[in-house]
Amino acid sequence: MIRLLFTIVAGVLLGGIVHLVSVLGLPRIATQDAYSRLAPITRLNAVTSLPQPDPGNAPLPFMDPAFAVAICRYDLSQGPIKLTVPVSQAYTSVSFYTRNEVAYYAINDRSAGRKVIELDLMTEAQHAELPEDEDVTAADRLIIDAPTAAGLIVMKALAPEPGLMPQAQASLAASNCKVQAEPTPAKR
Amino acid sequence: MRLIFITLLALMLATVVGLGATWMTATRGTDLGALTIGAWTARPKTGTADIDPYSRASIARSGELPVGTGDGVAFSATSDDRKRPLDGRCDVVVSGVTPAARFWTLTLYDSKGRLVANSLQRYGFTSQEIVRSADGSFEVRVAARSRAGNWLPTGGIERYALVLRLYDTPVGVATRSQRDAPMPSIATVGCR
Repeated sequence: MIRLLFTIVAGVLLGGIVHLVSVLGLPRIATQDAYSRLAPITRLNAVTSLPQPDPGNAPLPFMDPAFAVAICRYDLSQGPIKLTVPVSQAYTSVSFYTRNEVAYYAINDRSAGRKVIELDLMTEAQHAELPEDEDVTAADRLIIDAPTAAGLIVMKALAPEPGLMPQAQASLAASNCKVQAEPTPAKR
Repeated sequence: MRLIFITLLALMLATVVGLGATWMTATRGTDLGALTIGAWTARPKTGTADIDPYSRASIARSGELPVGTGDGVAFSATSDDRKRPLDGRCDVVVSGVTPAARFWTLTLYDSKGRLVANSLQRYGFTSQEIVRSADGSFEVRVAARSRAGNWLPTGGIERYALVLRLYDTPVGVATRSQRDAPMPSIATVGCR
């Protein structure tokens, strides 16, 4: 009897460990997460417009149908990324996600405060390598440190009425996301 | 022999308990960091780097992208103010005011997060297209058949979820109660 009780207690305790490990591990082993769903339909280090969600077909669940969405799937191992997104008439936002969908940074048109949202995305190591004088002139240039080398940039433009969707899509189509030309440290 | 049996039993129990608890929390979500106002629930921390492991697991499972905190916040509701599950065959009224935000959208999804087909191709409302009364409040009728005013069609599906997304809003991690964020009420007014 005591042995059975001990078995149950041990089983439940071990179950707690299994639970913790599986919760922490799930984001790593998930095959249907947002990044995996978007990887086949987006280009690397370039902007891809997502189709509008409709009942039969949506790239991701729980997408807001009032928004035009474009994705830049990035890999910073080839160098920092420069992103420019023109602001649409109503509302534009840019959100940054890691490979495992952690939203580590998001900015909207008002907080960017200009007609074009301009950002540099780089890993912390690349940021540290930036020549210092360049960092000073970069005062008006927004640099974002990416926690991981790979991830997603999601650009969204609101169509406040369905008729304004083509405008929102057009403004996103003019956005740009590309690897910056490698700064040559030898010049210094 | 007995030792092997007992070890196996303990291991089996561990698997069932552990994976069962993981499945439950990843599917239904937890109360960790949840902000509940009336029938609406938001998890503002899922839009930050401080996201808790349970929300990460449920996001990885569902395949959605959470709204980033600098962008906005998403409130979802699957039942009305009296805890009655939202039924697409009933008439549900969403009325009142929304918290301060530059824009908001109200969208109807099925339980898997897909939009619901209807002849109008009306999947939700934005704050700009909604018809309001003189005092600025609004009333949305969520129903299977066409209704006057702001009609949001359900397609007659049994269970659905409403998601109210606020964009460019002070509502977020620091929000605690209805006073900071007055959310619209949800009432089932009739069923056939």
